[in-house]
Amino acid sequence: MSQKPTMPTDFTEIPPQISEFRRIIRVLFGRRLVVFGMIVILAAIIAAIFASVLAPYHPYKQDLDKALLQPGQEHILGTDALGRDTLSRIIYGTRTSLMVGIVSIFIAALIGMTMGLIAGYFGGITNTIIMRFIDSLMSFPMMLLALTIAALLGGGLKNIMIAIGISMTSVYARLMFGQVLTVKESDYVLAARTIGGNNFRIMIRHVVPNCFPPLIVLITMNMGMAILAEAGLSFLGIGIEPPGAAWGAMVNEGYRYLLKIPVLSFAPGFAIMLVVFAFNMVGDGLRDALDPRLRGTL
Amino acid sequence: MAAYIRRRLIQAVFVLIIVSMMVFIVIRLMPGDPILIYLAQQEMQNLTKEQIEQARHEFGLDKPLMLQYIDWISSLFHGEFGTSLFYREEVSKLIIQRLPITLHLGLLAFVISTILGITAGMLAALTRGRWLDTLMTLLANLGITVPIFWLGILMIFLFGLRLGLLPIFGYTSPFDGFWLSMKQLIMPVCCLAIFPLASSARQTRSSMLEVMRQDYIRTAWSKGLKERVIVMRHILKNGLIPVITLKGMSLSQILGGSVLIETVFNIPGMGRLSVEALLSKDYAIIQAVVFLTAIMVVLVNLVVDISYGWLDPRIRYS
Repeated sequence: MSQKPTMPTDFTEIPPQISEFRRIIRVLFGRRLVVFGMIVILAAIIAAIFASVLAPYHPYKQDLDKALLQPGQEHILGTDALGRDTLSRIIYGTRTSLMVGIVSIFIAALIGMTMGLIAGYFGGITNTIIMRFIDSLMSFPMMLLALTIAALLGGGLKNIMIAIGISMTSVYARLMFGQVLTVKESDYVLAARTIGGNNFRIMIRHVVPNCFPPLIVLITMNMGMAILAEAGLSFLGIGIEPPGAAWGAMVNEGYRYLLKIPVLSFAPGFAIMLVVFAFNMVGDGLRDALDPRLRGTL
Repeated sequence: MAAYIRRRLIQAVFVLIIVSMMVFIVIRLMPGDPILIYLAQQEMQNLTKEQIEQARHEFGLDKPLMLQYIDWISSLFHGEFGTSLFYREEVSKLIIQRLPITLHLGLLAFVISTILGITAGMLAALTRGRWLDTLMTLLANLGITVPIFWLGILMIFLFGLRLGLLPIFGYTSPFDGFWLSMKQLIMPVCCLAIFPLASSARQTRSSMLEVMRQDYIRTAWSKGLKERVIVMRHILKNGLIPVITLKGMSLSQILGGSVLIETVFNIPGMGRLSVEALLSKDYAIIQAVVFLTAIMVVLVNLVVDISYGWLDPRIRYS
């Protein structure tokens, strides 16, 4: 008896015969905003690494004779109240923003995923306690939680990264927890168990890799959120210590001279927006390219 | 439904207990001995060691941590939040003054962002691929991106300083001066609403597009229903379910945002209070503000979850 191949009902769902990797690249580069976002991120990374080469002046160099200059030939974006070059400080501020973004997301993902893994793996009372703990963490507004943790630890860039990291753990815990529950019931885990794989090995080998597509999307999207949170905290005066350059703190400093030199607070705010927008667009693009089912859930 | 509500209630109580423990422990971990701070506040620094221990005993701070926690909880139930070091006033009094201001701004932002966000998302989904959709999507993407404190400053610069249309700071109760109050509210409420507005527009658009692809929508079209009926009864009703979960979170975002916006616009609300308390290490206030905010978020999420279960029966049994 010959069996007819089952016909796919919806042809748009089945891409033509191309490799997964090429399909992802095609979706990503097919969108102008995603390409724009990638260019901005690349530029930000270059600015952060080569800040000392790119910046026209030293970011901490004070020159009180040239304080509060309007944008002009010598200082493209003017100078602040201490005579420091705004453009140079914005370029150096890229370092702060990217570093806080990367490190705090790393902390969030590490703690969150471990908690989610433990909760899903052990189940029962451990699960209840950990997941309710995560719920409790989620019931503090992120800004307030990060502020409180930062106050507890004392300011400084390192503590800000920990504070933002902790306040973002819950999403990662939930992601991991959901994945563990799904994968635990799957046939291949049963197969792995029958050939004698122990639980720990199964979790690491089968559960963790399954989280990768949503994890990459989540990390990219949360980069923007972490950068925004850092900007907010440094705007409030908590975070990097002077004379370090952070965009949020620069917006706050410029706010005092809003009428005289508006660019002083406009420019760093625009930098924040540009970078956050870039991460959000690339995150959206990655979500649609890697796993369209996630649309609307992340 | 009753079982579902009961389960969610138990869960919420459990979460609240953990929240209170977290707040309690975090505040105890903060640097500085509360009894020394209190004595300094009462201008009684020159006490002997025995007298300090005596005071510690009076305040129950020599008891085991668990008993201290129970003491703290029971005093909360009596509405006692302690005394503020910085303001030299009862914390409960400060909160009664400031909470209504934050809630006034927050609720306005919540309502505006819900109505406009869902409308914008709906319009975008229905005009998919056309210029209106492109515009709405771009605006929504900018809305979830913009640092709200910076947006506030831009608005102050344009509408306050350059055009002179709106007052640039302060808060007036609507009962004291309705028009001044309204004028002062416009800019801060816009800033608070922008993020939840944009994110609910994005969510509405994508979940409506998701629903439009479903078989039952095709069935509805093919059985000849009117477009209005399909959009309102089938697409919108199903598409809004994920948006409701998001709205539960948006209260938390608004309360978090008010920390920034109340600082920018110099509004004496809870957000401003918490920043001042944190900068001056006024633990009694921090404890009260953080705990109250968390309680509000938990309660709103409870309401959201229950309405969610009511709208979508599948949730109740999961």
